Amino acid sequence: MQRIGNVINEPMTTPTDRGERLDTSAMRNQRILINVLRVLLLVIIIGGWELATRVGIIDPFFWGQPSGIWAQIVTWVAKGTALGPLWEQIGVTLEEAIIGFIIGVILGVIFGVVLGRNRFLADVLGPYIKAGNSIPRVVLGSIFVIGLGLGIQSKVALAVVLVFFIVFFNAFQGVREADRSLLANARILGANQLRVTTQVILPSALTWIIASLHTSFSFALVGAVVGEFLGSTEGLGLLIQNAQNTFNANGVFAAMAILAAVALLSELLITRLENSLIRWRPNTVSDVTF
Amino acid sequence: MNSTVPMIDTGTSSQQLSNTATTAIELENVTKRFRTPNGQSYTALRTLSMSVAPGEFCAVVGPTGCGKSTTLGLISGLDRPSEGVVRVMGKPVQGIDPAIGYVFQSDAVFPWKNVLGNVAAGPLFRGQSKKKAMQQAREWIARVGLAGFEDRYPHQLSGGMRKRVALAQTFINEPQILLMDEPFSALDVQTRTLMEDELLNLWSSLKASVVFVTHDLEEAISLADRVFVLTAGPATVKGVYTIDLPRPRNVAEIRFEPRFVQLYQEIWEDLRSEVMISYERTKQRGGQ
Repeated sequence: MQRIGNVINEPMTTPTDRGERLDTSAMRNQRILINVLRVLLLVIIIGGWELATRVGIIDPFFWGQPSGIWAQIVTWVAKGTALGPLWEQIGVTLEEAIIGFIIGVILGVIFGVVLGRNRFLADVLGPYIKAGNSIPRVVLGSIFVIGLGLGIQSKVALAVVLVFFIVFFNAFQGVREADRSLLANARILGANQLRVTTQVILPSALTWIIASLHTSFSFALVGAVVGEFLGSTEGLGLLIQNAQNTFNANGVFAAMAILAAVALLSELLITRLENSLIRWRPNTVSDVTF
Repeated sequence: MNSTVPMIDTGTSSQQLSNTATTAIELENVTKRFRTPNGQSYTALRTLSMSVAPGEFCAVVGPTGCGKSTTLGLISGLDRPSEGVVRVMGKPVQGIDPAIGYVFQSDAVFPWKNVLGNVAAGPLFRGQSKKKAMQQAREWIARVGLAGFEDRYPHQLSGGMRKRVALAQTFINEPQILLMDEPFSALDVQTRTLMEDELLNLWSSLKASVVFVTHDLEEAISLADRVFVLTAGPATVKGVYTIDLPRPRNVAEIRFEPRFVQLYQEIWEDLRSEVMISYERTKQRGGQ
C-alpha cells in the first residue's frame, strides 16, 4: 500500500482538545463569583422566608416555614410518614415513574420512527395524533383510576401517556430531519432499508430523542404524582394530598423538596446516558438547561 | 509540495478507449422534470445525451444550478428520468447498481461512525464479514494517508481529511462507475490541488469510468479526458471537448502549459454565454 498526499499540512484537532478549556485566572474568578452569588441568593430567599414568618409578615400555618419543612423531613426520615416509611413512598412513586417512562419512550420511539419513515401512514394517522396531543392528557388519569384501580397500573398508564407524545414528536422530527445526502450515501454504499433505518435514521434521530428524555422524565414524575392525587394507597402524591387535607403546609413543601431532589438526580443520570450514547457529537453545544 | 506526491504511470486512457467498444454510461435523450413545492413543473434536463467509455474520466461543467447534479442522480439510480433512457454497462438503470460509487458535494460521511467505521461501512452493508471489512478498511485508510486516525470521529478531522475518508469510503467498494458531485468545492485551493492529485492516482489504479461534475473549468480540464459543457437550465449538452493533455498529470503545474491555456480559452468561449444567461436569470429573480 502506498501512502499518498501530505497529512501534516492539514490542521487537525485531537480528542484531548475537547475536554480542555482555557482556564485563565479571570475566568476562574468569574466562576467563583457566580457560585458565591448562587449561594447568597439561596440564603436570602430561605433566610428571608424564615425571617418573615418569625416576625409575622407571612403566616407559617398557610405558607410554611423553612425550619418547619426541615423538621418535617427529619421526622419523616427518622419516624416514617403516616403512610409508612418515607423510602417506601419515594420507591413507589419512582417505580411508577420509571416504568411509565420506559414504556412511553419505547412506544414513542417505535411510533416516531415508523411514522417518520412511512409518509402514507403518517398522513393517515396524523389528525388523530394531533387531536390526541391537544387533549389535556392529565384528565385521562381519572379514566385510568376508574379502569385500572388504585394500584400502580393507573399511575404507570398516565406516565406513559404523558411521556409518549413528547418522545414521539421528537423521534418523528428527528427521522424527518435525517440528512438527505447521508441517506443517499448509505444507499449507494449498499445499505438495504433495514440498515438505512438502524445505521442512519436512528443515530441521526437519537440526538432529538435523547433531548426529549430530559423533559419526558419530569413528565413521568408528574404522571405518577398526579395519578396518586387522583386515587392511591401509597406514594409521594398521596403524602402531599394527606398534608394538604390536614392543612400541613410544611408537609406539602417537604414532599415537594423530596420530589425535586429525585428529579435532579434522574436528570443527572440522563445526562450521563446522553454523553455515553452520543460520544460522536462535537462538544461545542452546551446544554440550554441549567 | 506536489513533487512529493508519488505518480503512477497509468497507460493513456485513449488506449483504454480503443480497446473497448461498449459504453460504460449512456444517457439518451434524457429529460428530467421536478415538481416544485408550489405545484409547478420545473425542467432540469432537456433531451440530454452523453456517453462515457469504460475507464474514461469525463468532466461536466455548466453554470450554477443548471442540472449538473441531476445527471448524477439519474446515473446512480437514486432518481428516475421523466423521459429517455439511462444505461450503465449497457443495461437500463433500475435501482442502485452496486458497481457505482458516489462522492457527494456535502460531507456525507456518517458523523456517528469513526474513520474506520465509515470506511468499512460499504463492505459491511454489502454483507462482507466484519474481520475482512475492517482489514480492507485499514488498508484504504492507509492508502489515503489517514493511518493512525482510525478511531477519530469526523468532527475531529479537517475538511480535507473528511474528504479523504469519503474517497476511501467510496473506493473500498471498487466501483466501476464513479460519480463525483463537486467533491472538492468546499476545500481551500491548496488542499484542493492535493486532493485532485490523489484522485487521479486512485483513479488510475482503479480504472473506473468517472463523471466529475464541477463548476470550475480549470479543475475539469486538469482532471478529465473529455469535458462536457452544459447549457443554462434546462440543461442539454452544448459542446464536448477532448482534453489531449498527456497523463500522468500534475494538477498544480498543468495549468501553466500552453495547450492547457488554449483549451481553457476554447471551452470558456462556449461556457461564457451560458454563464451569462444563468447570471441574468438570477439577477432578474432577485429583482422581482
